Amino acid sequence: MHDSTVAAAHGNAHGHNPALLHHFATEEQQRNSASLGMWIFLATEVMFFGGLFCAYLIYRRWYFDDFAAASKSINATLGATNTAVLICSSLTVVLAIWAAQTSRRALLIGSLVLTMLFGLTFLGIKGIEYKDKFEEHHVPGASFSFDRVPIPGHADQFANPRHAQIFFALYFVMTGLHALHMIIGLGLFTWLLMMAWKGRFTPEYHTPLEMGGLYWHFVDIVWIYLFPLLYLIDRHP
Amino acid sequence: MPMPNGPQGERENYLNKEYGAGSWLLTTDHKRIALLYLMSITFFFFIGGFFALLIRLELLTPAGDLVQADTYNKLFTMHGMVMVFFFLIPSIPAVLGNFLVPMMIGARDLAFPRINLLSWYLYIIGGVMMLHCMLTGGVDTGWTFYTPFSTAFTNTKIVEAGLAIFVAGFSSILTGLNFVVTIHRMRAPGMTWSRLPLFIWAHYATSIIQILGTPVVAITIVLVAAERTLHLGIFDPKLGGDPLLFQHLFWFYSHPAVYIMILPSMGIVSEIIACFSRKRIFGYSFVALSSIAIAVFGFLVWAHHMFVAGISVYAALVFSLLSYAVAVPSAVKVFNWTATLYKGSIRYDAPMLYAFGFLGLFTIGGLTGLFLACLGIDVHVTDTYFVVAHFHYIMVGGALMGYLGGMHFWWPKISGRLYPEGWARLAALIVFIGFNLTFFPQFILGYVGMPRRYYQYPPEFQVLNVLSTAGATVLGVGYLLPMIYFLWSMRYGKPAPDNPWNAAGLEWKTPSPPTTYNFEQEPVVTWEAYNYEELDAPHKEEVPVAR
Repeated sequence: MHDSTVAAAHGNAHGHNPALLHHFATEEQQRNSASLGMWIFLATEVMFFGGLFCAYLIYRRWYFDDFAAASKSINATLGATNTAVLICSSLTVVLAIWAAQTSRRALLIGSLVLTMLFGLTFLGIKGIEYKDKFEEHHVPGASFSFDRVPIPGHADQFANPRHAQIFFALYFVMTGLHALHMIIGLGLFTWLLMMAWKGRFTPEYHTPLEMGGLYWHFVDIVWIYLFPLLYLIDRHP
Repeated sequence: MPMPNGPQGERENYLNKEYGAGSWLLTTDHKRIALLYLMSITFFFFIGGFFALLIRLELLTPAGDLVQADTYNKLFTMHGMVMVFFFLIPSIPAVLGNFLVPMMIGARDLAFPRINLLSWYLYIIGGVMMLHCMLTGGVDTGWTFYTPFSTAFTNTKIVEAGLAIFVAGFSSILTGLNFVVTIHRMRAPGMTWSRLPLFIWAHYATSIIQILGTPVVAITIVLVAAERTLHLGIFDPKLGGDPLLFQHLFWFYSHPAVYIMILPSMGIVSEIIACFSRKRIFGYSFVALSSIAIAVFGFLVWAHHMFVAGISVYAALVFSLLSYAVAVPSAVKVFNWTATLYKGSIRYDAPMLYAFGFLGLFTIGGLTGLFLACLGIDVHVTDTYFVVAHFHYIMVGGALMGYLGGMHFWWPKISGRLYPEGWARLAALIVFIGFNLTFFPQFILGYVGMPRRYYQYPPEFQVLNVLSTAGATVLGVGYLLPMIYFLWSMRYGKPAPDNPWNAAGLEWKTPSPPTTYNFEQEPVVTWEAYNYEELDAPHKEEVPVAR
């Protein structure tokens, strides 16, 4: 393919995007590679969280009543708010990509800023939840206490604190890992914002934006599973 | 044999293009990164080998006289962790795969060269953490980290070793990710899936396991570290947790990890056997798809490590059957290699000797694996030297023989020099003899009841243990020899022609050593893989050389 030699001349040749790297023949090849790479990375992330979901499923089956009692102690309103916040942030990510595709610079930068604000809001609300749990001594460890908490639907029976501790261990590891991914995502979006500010994204080239978007959506989807699994076990009005 | 064009050393290639530490430590050239990996994994191989040597020395006599019991526990643990995570898993993919995958498919580099470099740095960071862990006390749980011993009892450096493996695991994931994307997206025009060398198919299957398996062991290690520091109770039966869950999660990766080690080796053997029999590989598509089948089945057999751990008898039954099933694609390969040899014009160069060694040793390792898949026999030999011998036949007799065969086969391409053939054949012979002397007695030891991981044993086991230790020293010589003559050949070896074996495959159409971007013009593939009949035809037309 004639493109390869042109690309080898450092991609600065007329009509070629400077972002085209040496070893790719065409921009399409580069874009397809990035996209496949990102999807595979997300597959590894699915397996990474998968181990935790597997542990969760087993213990939830074994200790259902204790899990239900522990789940009830988490603030579902805050969790629901956070779900809404994340869904909104996914919308702004899509808007940002559309803005890049249609050369709307102000909308692009605005959407990226909004996405990050939603992300920060999520982490703030998460922080409040963690603080509550800390004050209630629901953080696993030496000072953990879950005494005389009734099992939902059985007011006369109390949850086993040890089994509830396993719930909270999973709650903190799963949401903690998710929050870590949010923080990495915020770093990623800071970089994307800088690139957008410098005008690097065009209708022809905005691959980093799409890749960042895929990552952000993935982190959202993890939350979409975490929310009902952790917050909504056996809740009744 | 065609000679190189012009005097060696004047033509620019990936080795002499730039000099200086920076040109290596910041390189994104897949071939230079392969050499960085080669040096690093060789270093860890000799560290792991040093632990093996101490283990064998301790077992020379029935009494515990060389080291204390605690030290012995650390020796076999560190031997296992170093060899598995810092040598065998990266060995073929990160060195030969890195070097050859782009060249074999006609690409200028891997899809993500900077991620490739990142993966080497992650490996080094993990390696340094592991070295630090070793030097400040080490770990004594065995490489398997079984809970609750690892989380609630031992006072050794579990968290640090775990983090080292966690980091090295991401290096492995990134290598796999890079290979899959490269194989999908970077193939030269005409390089269809059915024309891919079997080395590529093997690496594709390996990469799938690295991508889907490694994250699971990563999260498992995170849980072990969290459990150990915060006492969460997830794996602690005293707190309502389940140690079996740990074993399930651990083996979900660590059994397929065996296929990360053996599949690339099988890819190498396919290349070597075809070349040195001068024949197209028999049943190309079966050999190719059997790699994928091994990767898929490999994910469904993990609980055969847990037959005596108290899993349900029905689960054991299913896992036993599936473990038998994984032997089918492995046997497909062995039979097809044998059929390739049939009526081939066989040459006995050093790479072929290693391939023959692989065939024999892998067959023994695989067949004894069937003993272990059989519930009744497994109960008898679990945690004995029978298991130790079995997996060393696969990992050392299989994976390492393939690795050495591949190193010899492609050394002229990598270094631009020929290694001394006589010494190489001798080394191959020494490795084969030393290996069998080391590990065959362990089958017998295990079968008559010597448990693994003990530093003392009843005197009646001594003869076989002495044989094994003697074999280990022979094996050590066999491993040192190639390192010495490879290094020697870099300075004194004869310059290698571009295609010293007259082998098929795009990598041989590049100069030895190749230039930085491998091919100056994108090659166009119009022939099938392993077209040896065409290459050796008396009136062949000169195959166009893409240079």
